[in-house]
Amino acid sequence: MSDVAHRAIVEFDNVSFSLSGTNIITDLNLIVERGETLVLLGESGCGKTTTLKLVNRLFEPSAGEVRVEGKTTTSWDPIELRRRIGYVIQEGGLFPHFTIARNVGLVPALAGWEQQRIDERVRELLSLVGLDPDRFAERYPRELSGGQRQRIGVARALAADPPLLLLDEPFGALDPLTRASLQREFADVATRLGKTAILVTHDVREALILARRIGLMHKGRLLLLETPEQFLASDHPQVRAYLETLELKGDDR
Amino acid sequence: MSFWHFLQLNWSELLSLVQQHVVLVFIAILVAVVIGVPTGVLLTRYRSLRGPVLGIANVMQTIPSLALFGFLIPLPFIGGIGTRTALVALVLYSLLPIIRNTVTGILGVDPNVREAAVAMGMTSSQVLRQVELPLAMGVIVTGIRVATVIAVGVTTIAAAVGAGGLGVYIFRGLRQYDNNLLLAGALSAALLALAADFFLGLLQRQFSFEAKRSVAGSTTRKLLLAAGVLILVIGGFALWRGRATSEARVSVGSKDFTESALLAEIVAQMLEARRVSVERRFELGGNLPHEAMVAGTLDLYPEYTGTSYTAILHHTPISDPRAVYEQVKQEYAAKFNVAVSEPLGFENTFAMLVRGDDARRLNLKTISDAAPQAPQWRAGFGQDFMSRADGYPGFSKAYGLKFAEVREMDLSLTYIALSSKQVDLVAGNSTEGRIATLDLFQLADDRHYFPPYEAVYLVRQDSLMRVPALQEVMTKLANGISTDEMRRLNYEIDGNKRDPKEVVKEWIAKRGL
Repeated sequence: MSDVAHRAIVEFDNVSFSLSGTNIITDLNLIVERGETLVLLGESGCGKTTTLKLVNRLFEPSAGEVRVEGKTTTSWDPIELRRRIGYVIQEGGLFPHFTIARNVGLVPALAGWEQQRIDERVRELLSLVGLDPDRFAERYPRELSGGQRQRIGVARALAADPPLLLLDEPFGALDPLTRASLQREFADVATRLGKTAILVTHDVREALILARRIGLMHKGRLLLLETPEQFLASDHPQVRAYLETLELKGDDR
Repeated sequence: MSFWHFLQLNWSELLSLVQQHVVLVFIAILVAVVIGVPTGVLLTRYRSLRGPVLGIANVMQTIPSLALFGFLIPLPFIGGIGTRTALVALVLYSLLPIIRNTVTGILGVDPNVREAAVAMGMTSSQVLRQVELPLAMGVIVTGIRVATVIAVGVTTIAAAVGAGGLGVYIFRGLRQYDNNLLLAGALSAALLALAADFFLGLLQRQFSFEAKRSVAGSTTRKLLLAAGVLILVIGGFALWRGRATSEARVSVGSKDFTESALLAEIVAQMLEARRVSVERRFELGGNLPHEAMVAGTLDLYPEYTGTSYTAILHHTPISDPRAVYEQVKQEYAAKFNVAVSEPLGFENTFAMLVRGDDARRLNLKTISDAAPQAPQWRAGFGQDFMSRADGYPGFSKAYGLKFAEVREMDLSLTYIALSSKQVDLVAGNSTEGRIATLDLFQLADDRHYFPPYEAVYLVRQDSLMRVPALQEVMTKLANGISTDEMRRLNYEIDGNKRDPKEVVKEWIAKRGL
């Protein structure tokens, strides 16, 4: 087994995806390495969310193949595959009729853990994302603020200790201050737990803070894949356009 | 009699009707939920089925309830008369709102939440049971609520097929022109509908995740609700078993007017005095009793030879009573295995009635005398008269009558409509007690259009073999009731508003039967 294959957790091999005749992803080649946080950056409709859904087989590629831990997604049992992948979406996607504890403990419960072990895990995770288990466990999502719900979303994704996390604009709906602090905490947690994360955003600042590598997507293609330092130094016109928005924001301050 | 007094007297009967009503609605809704919710779920999975299935359910709901009962009666297994038919119709009516709301509720679940559920690794049945159904439950319960309120209303019509319930009071009230009966039936049905609406509204609130709620409260309430549902299920089932496990009995039917019910009650009480248990299936509309008897769900009902001759056997009317009787007896035996009793001794023919005032003023004696007046007159006829072979079409042709207007109305309302000048001529029954009391005049059938309508009992031949007491009762009643006596009995009920059971009991005692 080659070194690359050993380090890779997710591989996109000439992947294309089209939905009712429209090409959404074209010839995508990408290797996500164990332990890294890879950020897919791009405007809405560029195919970055679709790329995430190809990983946990919410979509299947029209051409090429996606491999997770060396095995194509189509040969995985989808249920088993998804339980090995944490998934965080905007606003958390929490179940409004479940308590916080039940939301966080969902995947362990589906995996058939004993209730006591689930309860312990839920308390551990709530503490990890900075929420007091005694205060929050028995509440409902609607009683929480947007930031708190987002933390629960992350806790739920981590519950069964999956090796891989997929995050779809997880901090998009938050106010700037909350967003900044959650980004810091997430970076911290991800490093500490050694998780691999693929995070999708349209916010270049978020990409620069969180990413080990940034993949810039445009109209279903991966334009470039660089470390943040290389990204800042790139003279690719799309990159310059993104960085200009950053400078404009800087001028406002 | 004041309404309050009426309630005091009839409290226990009213309660048992309410109970029948509730049981019918409850079982129908239960069945509709068991069928409707899975159907709705299926429709969310197979989009192409959605249009056709919702279309069929929609059409079901637009069929007028009486017509639906009519379609169901001749069908095997689900048809016939009584509770089963009523339940089938009620379930058909209740399906649409339940299926539609299940579809709407599930499709209305936030796609992000559904996607999260799939991405967490839930199987599709886990997504359905743990996420989609709980989140759609508020909308589904709304559908059940709508269906229940509709069912409470439709169940009043179920009395027409002998299923009981509050419709019994409403129909009886219409027929006897008794406001107390009408009010007791209608008011109770309305209160039932309101109560069902209120409690299902409470249940629906349980499934609203908009409001914050304390965990303890919701658990307690869930327990209470579960207990309530359990009690209802057990109670309903017990009642159901209680009704279903009675021993073999004679099923006595009647048509939906006082005299027919009275004649049926006479046989019922005489059979009961001879230790035969009797099931009363009274007040059945149109040709229902005939169809039920042929189908084997009725053993006996009172009929008139002329009706059998024309409406059932489809012969052209003739005027010789003996010939009609013999022909009917012979054909019923051959075609339906049904025996015809000896005539009871009176005729109940169609009576063309006008106001006594008009008859005297215009010097009217016969229908022919009245023909010149017809173009200025409004006529009021019962549904039965309008539709049957020996009814309005032939009658108007025979006398060359052309009315300014012909209104179709409930037979029992025609007498009042005539005396209060809403109409000028009606087709009533010759034994109607109110002819004298409302000062109405019967025009003579001078062209002998109407065939003879001798009252008889029709009895299934196998029932006669099975229950010897039936033969004895039939023999005792032969030629036992005169026209005057029948008119008096009818008036005791329609005019003096007395309880038919009491009237019959007195009459049997007096006659020593």
